[in-house]
Amino acid sequence: MKKHLFRTLLALSLLVVLALAACSGESTSSENPDDSSDQSNEEDNSSNNNDGNSDENASEGSGKDTLVFGRGADSKQLDPSKVTDGESIYVTQQIYDQLVTYEQDSTEVKPALATDWKTSDDGTVWTFTLREGVKFHDGTSFEAEDVVYNFERWTKSKDYIYYGYMFGGHEDGLIEKVEAVDEYTVKFTLKEPNAPFIQTLAMPPFGIASPDAIEKHGENYFKNPVGTGPFKFESWTRGDRIELSRNDDFWGQKAGVKNLTFRVIPDNGARFMELQSGSIDLMLGLNPQDLEPAENADGLQVFRRPSMNVGYMAMNTDKEGPLADRKVRQAINLAVDKKELIKLFEGLGKSAKNPMPPSLWGYNDDIDPYGYDVEKAKTLLAEAGYGDGIDITLYTMPNPRPYMPQPKVTAQAIQQMLKEANINVEIVENDWETHLEVTQNGEHDMALLGWTGDNGDPDNFLYVLLDKDNAKVGSAGNIAFYKNDEVHDLLKSAQSEMEQSKRAEKYKKAQEIIHKDAPWLPIAHTTPPLVGKDNIKGYVPHATGSEKLHTITFE
Amino acid sequence: MLNYIIRRLVMLIPVLLGVSILTFSMIHMIPGDPARSMLGTKANEKALTELREELGLNDPYLVQYGKFLGDLAQGDLGTSFKTKAPVSDELESRLPATIELTLFAMAIAMVVGVLAGVISAVKQYSWFDNLSMTGALFGVSIPIFWLGLMMIWLFSVKLGWLPASGRLSSGVEIEAITHFYLLDSILTLNWSGFADVFKHLLMPGVALATIPMAIIALMTRSSMLEVMNQDYIRTADAKGLATYLVVFQHALKNAFLPVLTVIGLQFGFLLGGAVLTETIFSWPGIGRFVLQSILARDYPVVQSTILVIAVIFVFVNLITDILYKYIDPRISLD
Amino acid sequence: MSAQMDLEQNSKVKAKKPKKESSLWGDALSRILKSKTSFIGLMIILLLIVVAVLAPVLAPYHPIDDGSIIDRYQPPSAEHWLGTDQLGRDILSRIIYGARISIKIGVIAVGIAFVVGTLLGGIAGYIGRWVDNVIMRIIDIMMAFPSILLAIAMVAILGKSLTNAMIAVGIVGVPQFARIVRSTVLSIKEKEFVESARASGVKNGRILMRHVLPNCMAPIIVQATLSVGTAILDAAGLSFLGLGAQGATPEWGVMLSDGRAALQTSPWVITFPGLAIFLVVLGFNLFGDGLRDALDPRLKQ
Repeated sequence: MKKHLFRTLLALSLLVVLALAACSGESTSSENPDDSSDQSNEEDNSSNNNDGNSDENASEGSGKDTLVFGRGADSKQLDPSKVTDGESIYVTQQIYDQLVTYEQDSTEVKPALATDWKTSDDGTVWTFTLREGVKFHDGTSFEAEDVVYNFERWTKSKDYIYYGYMFGGHEDGLIEKVEAVDEYTVKFTLKEPNAPFIQTLAMPPFGIASPDAIEKHGENYFKNPVGTGPFKFESWTRGDRIELSRNDDFWGQKAGVKNLTFRVIPDNGARFMELQSGSIDLMLGLNPQDLEPAENADGLQVFRRPSMNVGYMAMNTDKEGPLADRKVRQAINLAVDKKELIKLFEGLGKSAKNPMPPSLWGYNDDIDPYGYDVEKAKTLLAEAGYGDGIDITLYTMPNPRPYMPQPKVTAQAIQQMLKEANINVEIVENDWETHLEVTQNGEHDMALLGWTGDNGDPDNFLYVLLDKDNAKVGSAGNIAFYKNDEVHDLLKSAQSEMEQSKRAEKYKKAQEIIHKDAPWLPIAHTTPPLVGKDNIKGYVPHATGSEKLHTITFE
Repeated sequence: MLNYIIRRLVMLIPVLLGVSILTFSMIHMIPGDPARSMLGTKANEKALTELREELGLNDPYLVQYGKFLGDLAQGDLGTSFKTKAPVSDELESRLPATIELTLFAMAIAMVVGVLAGVISAVKQYSWFDNLSMTGALFGVSIPIFWLGLMMIWLFSVKLGWLPASGRLSSGVEIEAITHFYLLDSILTLNWSGFADVFKHLLMPGVALATIPMAIIALMTRSSMLEVMNQDYIRTADAKGLATYLVVFQHALKNAFLPVLTVIGLQFGFLLGGAVLTETIFSWPGIGRFVLQSILARDYPVVQSTILVIAVIFVFVNLITDILYKYIDPRISLD
Repeated sequence: MSAQMDLEQNSKVKAKKPKKESSLWGDALSRILKSKTSFIGLMIILLLIVVAVLAPVLAPYHPIDDGSIIDRYQPPSAEHWLGTDQLGRDILSRIIYGARISIKIGVIAVGIAFVVGTLLGGIAGYIGRWVDNVIMRIIDIMMAFPSILLAIAMVAILGKSLTNAMIAVGIVGVPQFARIVRSTVLSIKEKEFVESARASGVKNGRILMRHVLPNCMAPIIVQATLSVGTAILDAAGLSFLGLGAQGATPEWGVMLSDGRAALQTSPWVITFPGLAIFLVVLGFNLFGDGLRDALDPRLKQ
């Protein structure tokens, strides 16, 4: 018996080996004449897919009216005032409107639920004229009292995270009071002049919800959202999909598709496959490796989201040791070959030299980047008394972030590069939450992190990430623990200055000082790709990370 | 029999209580602060303190545990820290998703495993026997997450036959009655929906079924062989009954007992194994959900979900034991 | 989590009668060498050990330091037999070094399960009464948990690292050992030689360690062999989920999880590490199976 079994075993293993040989052989050949065979591979794929398509979608024909959007995680809540995650915001952006909103292709502010606004001379009173004839999805009409209701609601609990975060507290925050002057006029009184206020009002968390619905659903409101936006909420299957339908009473341009479905497909590669096979129409979160196939594939198009982020490596200036020395930090900046490093972003990003993205006003383009010079780095290290080299830790996170598609590999590449300059890096990887915690506690020497802007104001980068106010151990936004009084004064005075050109000057000056002090190794500003089928028209990704999808039509 | 069931049910209480204590203490031993995971990069000291207070994280452990048990007694599974939604809401579609996948995998494993085992035993040393036993040996040795990836590569990427992820194609509507899509599509006579669900189940189902299928095949074969060598089977044979009757009436019934145990145990294994399978096939079930909740320190979700899984598991074991008794009344249940 | 626990629990490994050790193990060895399948298993295991020991000699490149981003995702070629990964490292070299890690996982994880499980099971079975009750209820509770979740929670507590993953896998394996040992001890402790030792005033602890446990060894060793395969699978699974080995470690599960992003474009990155896991686990399963058959007197006929 054993003999037979043995023979079969042998035969089976042989089969496996043969199959493997066949498949590795195939991949070898497909790689040799680089482009052409890749191309043919793609065609293979897409022709398969077309077959699938004609089966599945035959009935739909050209009258396709459901847009399926694939993403990596489910929404937490559909009440935007209570969430901070992009996955929730993406959906609520379709359901709600704010008083004002961003232009489709910039962070300039334009009217939305408010048609007009003016500021008092001292900059503390803002009066908004509201749009008339707007209806919530539940049929109630939108009036000034509803705005007051929403803003008062947000002061009531710490659950309204962004309200507290952007306005500096709930009851004692920036907004002193909100009043309805008449049916369509609403007046905000601020404690002090605040330049970024109008930018902030355009943020998705400040979408106006139907007070009736909030009262009616109580605790369950988060899964029964009612706004005034271009799409109405239909259903939500946890961890799987959220379905919306067109709001035919929308005050603006009516949605180009009848139904909008958000599907959760956690793995980037799997999601891309679903797109190729035609079961989703548009997706975000592409593996860098898949970018080239996506660009070359028939039937697909790649969209780039304008960058409003920065990925960086912070160096803990507060910890005793080499990194407290500016020369060492400069040496590290010199020892990393950003041109090579940026290859890991596979065309998704541009290398960074400043802590804020070039798309924002106030960006200082005159700054001369450090460049790549290992010898100079070694000299600087020797000058600082570390000629024998140093041992330091680099903390990183496992999961891709929008500003850093491959943190793990990026860390390993930095490790490889710094070795040349005699800097031995030990990589410490923690899961995302732990990473935030330990870096905010300042346990790291160096750490990878990044930031996506909230409201399109430079203050939202420089003050949050590099001001000494935010270098508190335990809750630091400034995880380099960089403390420079000159920078602090510049940033503080820019907050209360109402004139944009004067503010810009201050921010440019601050960037110069920061560059010299080198608390960071700025790595990249990414332009995250979105991939869609080529029959999608009218889609413009927005720098803030989410946009209304009502402009999309199928060709 | 009824007495026995009642006794077993009573015995479950301390076990489940133990599970809840173990889960509770383990999740609280995980270093890190749930408040911070909730606030992410937007954390500041004030917000953190306030949130901790609001979540009741400042209460003594005993108070927190008592609260959890108290809520549980009222049928309240708690509220997720992360999404602020009731845990029962979170589980409403996820639990059926996992159970459907598990049952589907179990069905494949049982049908193929028992069949292969029986045929192998009857045709001992035949090519079929060798092939299926080799396959079974391979089956218990294969990393299922790797198998899953290779299947995706072959059937989705290369051949484009099967969907790589999810439970349902977009655009396919199934009225969710039970959230078991296969069942729902039958109930609503939605045959195209049924086909779509089936296609989605196929790869994750087979991947998940691999190990139990192999074990069931091995077990069935060896217990069949053992039984077939016993005297009464030989007697039946001698009486001239048709071979298949002998096999199926006598041998299979007896051989089924150990197989039943395996099936009971494997069901629990499947529920757990779903973590990997769900991760690979983007299956919107509880496996992946629990994994993420553990890592995010979402205490209420982890506590309640693990308890729910444990309850299912111990009940499946109870049912197999009762079936045991039903199939073979000679067995004493004490 | 463990596929194997049922394999041996339900089949022939049951209480063993005390035997003359030498002949039992001698017979077993010759029977194993005669069986082709277990011989293959043994060969795979030996190969694994040789590869692990000679890793620096065999591996054409350094598993972590060699390679640059420019050479990433190269398909198999003459320079890189199994291709390169996302950082341009040689996959073959990484698999070769990974063999060391696999052995470590097998030894440590199973070692923990073996020692803790045997002690608990031995004490429960030998002392009986309330001690037995307490220990076995704890075991019941552990078994009511899906074991992979138990392991995940444990890693979350201890922190993510390969060592902690091994500890978690080990602890998860404890109940199986405890159960097997307990039932074996139960059948042995009433035997004459134990009774006589007890009558002559030998202390309980000594009886357990010197007389009872050594006579339970056969089923435990079979269980241990089969557990190595399971442990390697489980640890790889944890690493795949990002809970085991970290960073650049050439662990096979990590290699799989890192290569997953390139599934479409560079399938070889995940093909070979998976194959390596499969082969090694198969080796231990074949050998363990053979060992069980060889040690089972009922198959002698």
